[in-house]
Amino acid sequence: MWRALPLVVLALAIAFPLIAKDYGASYYVSFGSRVMIYALAATSLNLILGYGGMISFGHAAFVGAGAYATGVLLVEGITSAWIGWPAAMVVSALLALAIGAVSLRTRGVYFIMITLAFAQMAYYLTVSMKAYGGEEGLNLPTRATLGFDLDLKNDDTFYYTVLVLLVVTLVLLQRLVHSRFGRVIQAIRDNETRMEAIGYPTFRYKLICFVIAGAFGGLAGALLASHGNYVNPSLLHWTQSGMLLIMVILGGVGYRYGGLIGAIVLLGIEELIANYKIVWLAALLPNYQQHALLGVGLLLLAIVLFAPQGIAGLFARPASAGINRG
Amino acid sequence: MGDALLNVRNLTKRFGGLIATDGVSLAVAAGEVHALIGPNGAGKTTLIEQLSGAMPPDAGVIRFDSVDITGKPQHERVRLGLARSYQVTSIFGKLTVLDNIVLAVQARTGSSVSFWHPRDSETRLFDEARRLIGQVGLAARETALAGTLSHGEQRQLEVGLALATQPKLLLLDEPMAGMGLDESERMIGLIDSLRQTVTVLLIEHDMAAVFRLADRISVLVFGRIIATGDPVAIRNNAEVKRAYLGDGAAT
Amino acid sequence: MSGILILEQTLNGLQFGLMLFLLAAGLTLVFGIMDMINLAHGSLYMIGAFLTSTLVSVTGSFVIGVLLAIPATAVIGMLLEITVLRRLYTRDHLSQVLATFALILIANEVVRISWGSDQPLATPAALSGPIELLPGMFYASYRLVIIAVGLAVAALLYFVVTKTRTGMLVRAGASNREMAMAMGVNIRTLFTLVFGFGAGLCALAGAMLAPLFAVQVGMGENILILAFVVIVIGGIGSIRGALVGSIIVGMVDTIGRAFLPALLREFLPPQFAGAIGPALASILIYLLMAAVLFWKPQGLFPARG
Repeated sequence: MWRALPLVVLALAIAFPLIAKDYGASYYVSFGSRVMIYALAATSLNLILGYGGMISFGHAAFVGAGAYATGVLLVEGITSAWIGWPAAMVVSALLALAIGAVSLRTRGVYFIMITLAFAQMAYYLTVSMKAYGGEEGLNLPTRATLGFDLDLKNDDTFYYTVLVLLVVTLVLLQRLVHSRFGRVIQAIRDNETRMEAIGYPTFRYKLICFVIAGAFGGLAGALLASHGNYVNPSLLHWTQSGMLLIMVILGGVGYRYGGLIGAIVLLGIEELIANYKIVWLAALLPNYQQHALLGVGLLLLAIVLFAPQGIAGLFARPASAGINRG
Repeated sequence: MGDALLNVRNLTKRFGGLIATDGVSLAVAAGEVHALIGPNGAGKTTLIEQLSGAMPPDAGVIRFDSVDITGKPQHERVRLGLARSYQVTSIFGKLTVLDNIVLAVQARTGSSVSFWHPRDSETRLFDEARRLIGQVGLAARETALAGTLSHGEQRQLEVGLALATQPKLLLLDEPMAGMGLDESERMIGLIDSLRQTVTVLLIEHDMAAVFRLADRISVLVFGRIIATGDPVAIRNNAEVKRAYLGDGAAT
Repeated sequence: MSGILILEQTLNGLQFGLMLFLLAAGLTLVFGIMDMINLAHGSLYMIGAFLTSTLVSVTGSFVIGVLLAIPATAVIGMLLEITVLRRLYTRDHLSQVLATFALILIANEVVRISWGSDQPLATPAALSGPIELLPGMFYASYRLVIIAVGLAVAALLYFVVTKTRTGMLVRAGASNREMAMAMGVNIRTLFTLVFGFGAGLCALAGAMLAPLFAVQVGMGENILILAFVVIVIGGIGSIRGALVGSIIVGMVDTIGRAFLPALLREFLPPQFAGAIGPALASILIYLLMAAVLFWKPQGLFPARG
């Protein structure tokens, strides 16, 4: 019965813009695009975190790099998505290659720290790029263009484009997990020493995984840039990496749809708190809407302490991956 | 010395002021079962770590199959045919016995930088893995999760993983650690059966097993090899007896 | 670039480094002994600063305000340890990172609800005048006080850790927790006390730096990253490493920010220097950390055996 659920969700997602129009809630199509973009980013993080066992606190750097890559191209007049989006993936992949080559030589907390440090470096670099907005960020002249009479400025068209890319990514991830590479990377997560001892160059595999994840993070960034017509350094800040981690943990580390579920729940909660008045909460704390992060923090803490497998873990078999109860 | 499969010359390793490996020279001939014995703390595992490539030596040369492997990383040594098993069981507990062995077979069968095709559709890997599982005597437990195996069965899998890499030389680090009599018998039988196909460097405390299996024995004390020879010679060696005094083993 | 300017920035670097040490010491102890990554350490620093600000305006005295804020924050730290952090000791690092990140979010909002987004604190009147260190060179007396306090705490820590029995227990715990437990050390109490002590140090740093930097929500995160850089450079679990690392980081960061842009302008065309200078200054310590890790992956003075 659960097997049908993803298809049901997909059907709902396809129908969503049409339903929203009927209810006069077309604004939510844009929100839906945003959720899916973050789902893509979180899914790319899930690859290295859940399946690869690498705790990266710098994933936002790849998302941001992709965003800036397309952003700069758009500002310089290159608006075709067919150039801009692959370019974003290449830039992020190269960044991941550079960062990974250094970081993956370390383990444990050192790895966490060094990925954090590199992300901060990338952040400060974008702040210093005065030609492209610096600290204030860069307004983009237009969304990317697809050609074929498809106008991405139309929110519905953009929504479906993102949906296609997300579905393709999820399918690719699924194939990857069951492929030779996927088996190897998960085994490295579980016992790297032994993998080295049976003949696998583990560093190489982890680096490739890191680069793939970086590339798809960059794709998410490119979509984000087009979505808001705006790029800004805060996309690369380490707290953004933290948010991505929260999404993955919330959804379920190492679960196929962990990134998707986490993005829907986290962004959904944020949207709810911002736009809907919860009466009893307002009585308790009048301006609770400005303190949404308190709720996020409490939720995250609860998940880590009591439901470390995340939401997906409540419904599915325990993943072989991810965080555990000590 | 020219036809030794493994040729170690003057291997040295220091940890601060402690000399763990003190100019060890050792030759293991192709086809033999060569045992490495010594009192606790002699540095046997440290030596294995250097031979397998997990730990770089401070000085010395390791030649394997006429190739200088001293600077080579562990996974390359495995590809050349030098594999090890661990004293403290190191398997993939969340995978089945079959999946454990398949991983090792997969490493030597084609590239794993492959992202699309499902690995589980490669029946050849699984057939080969089943053969190996039969060889180590775990056929009945093929689909069991490795973490649920008994200690003895896990030790069998431990050796099986190393064997699955199709090594020319197998470094076995106390394969019989923690085993009862029956299990030890099975392990001795397994190592004996390898005699034709694989060279073995065996670290063991179980002296009965050592004297039954070994063609030659080297004795490691405080990081130095104090004697090498056939079992009878070693048994009668005065220095060896002194080193083991109180152990009750050199009788 | 006058010699006086260099001396002044060097002293600033020393001052910042010593305050960083207060945070890094607590952080490295917690990490070394309890094997726990605590991202919320910066939040204790923030709480210390906010408490000091309130207590100073309530009591009218800077010194009393600081002296009250320290134990108050230590108590908050210990309560935090007993209720939440204790559960994380046996968990993996990812869980610890996420749980303590959650605590940062919670602490920020709680502080924002209780105080508002910021709470200014002025330099105490008695110490706001400059002192003439050398003929013609004036240095803020308050900053000298910070240096003095920092050195005093460093000396105190050195004494406690190397000369007292408690210190020995702490070092034993950092080097080998199981062995310390086997030798009968009451680990639970030790952990709580170590945590409370670390929180107190955070509060002291927060209180002392409050008049110089802004007391605002989010102040903890920035300094937290620096503190982590320090302990990674210095070696996890090592107080000596924390001290050396803090001074290095404090100096490099302060002097780098002060002089690097100007230095670059000597060699590069102005538009480049203007763009790269500040960015390079900001990332200087991260480059330093990456370099140290590359060359000595366990840091300069690894405590673990």
